[in-house]
Amino acid sequence: MIVQPVLVVAAALFSLGIYGILVRRNAVMVLLSIELILNSVNINFIMFDTMLADSLMQGQIFTIFIITIAAAEVGIGLAIVLMLFRNRQTANINEFDLMKW
Amino acid sequence: MEIFEIITYFLLLALLSTAIRVVTTSNVIHAAISLVFTLALTAILFLMLSTEFVALVLVLVYIGAVIVLFLFGIMITRAPLGKNAELDNDKNKKLGAAIAGSIFLLFSYILINGFDGDVTITSGSSTELLGEILLSRFVFPFELVSFVLLAALIGGITLARKDEALIDEDQV
Repeated sequence: MIVQPVLVVAAALFSLGIYGILVRRNAVMVLLSIELILNSVNINFIMFDTMLADSLMQGQIFTIFIITIAAAEVGIGLAIVLMLFRNRQTANINEFDLMKW
Repeated sequence: MEIFEIITYFLLLALLSTAIRVVTTSNVIHAAISLVFTLALTAILFLMLSTEFVALVLVLVYIGAVIVLFLFGIMITRAPLGKNAELDNDKNKKLGAAIAGSIFLLFSYILINGFDGDVTITSGSSTELLGEILLSRFVFPFELVSFVLLAALIGGITLARKDEALIDEDQV
């Protein structure tokens, strides 16, 4: 398998995630875009792990850690969005101006 | 070997198109379902790179748990199902496309110039070795991550819990 196309597609997924974060208005959709970014990082880690053939398999181990942390992040993030929705009756991030002065 | 390359390119193309759909569709449910397809295609890519344990973890944790959580979030926050023109902030669209495009160009320039070559796919399982490494060399971060998950569990319950519930308990 050639390395470069996979890496370029991973970079494209990363920038698509950035685009989603900047453009989306719904907070849940922003969290979805963050998942896209984490997924692109995972692809990069696995690709370099296979490419370098590391004896400690650090690429795979880091990917497993990233997946675990991402699961925790989604749980906390959705809890925060839920609490904001309960207080504000909306999930649109441009209406969350609690910390703006 | 030729057919393998063709399959890889089709896979990458499908990955890209589903990812584009995640960020451009104006339907929240479609975005979540497209993310399922993106993750499934990523798992297939991991399988082709002979890292089958990570592929299985991706399917179990992401497609099995995280997406369900997302669908719960979408339903509970009463995001308008179906097409919704209000989903995107049109003011930010040009800026977002410019920033994302420049990041993509920069990254792909660096990656194409920095890395080259072929990956030889080895047959056979690496899961046993991975488990041994995870529980010997990386056992401290492994335990640390379990504490992080516990903290996230408690934090999630604390955040999502209604304050009235506490008051009701006091009254009872």
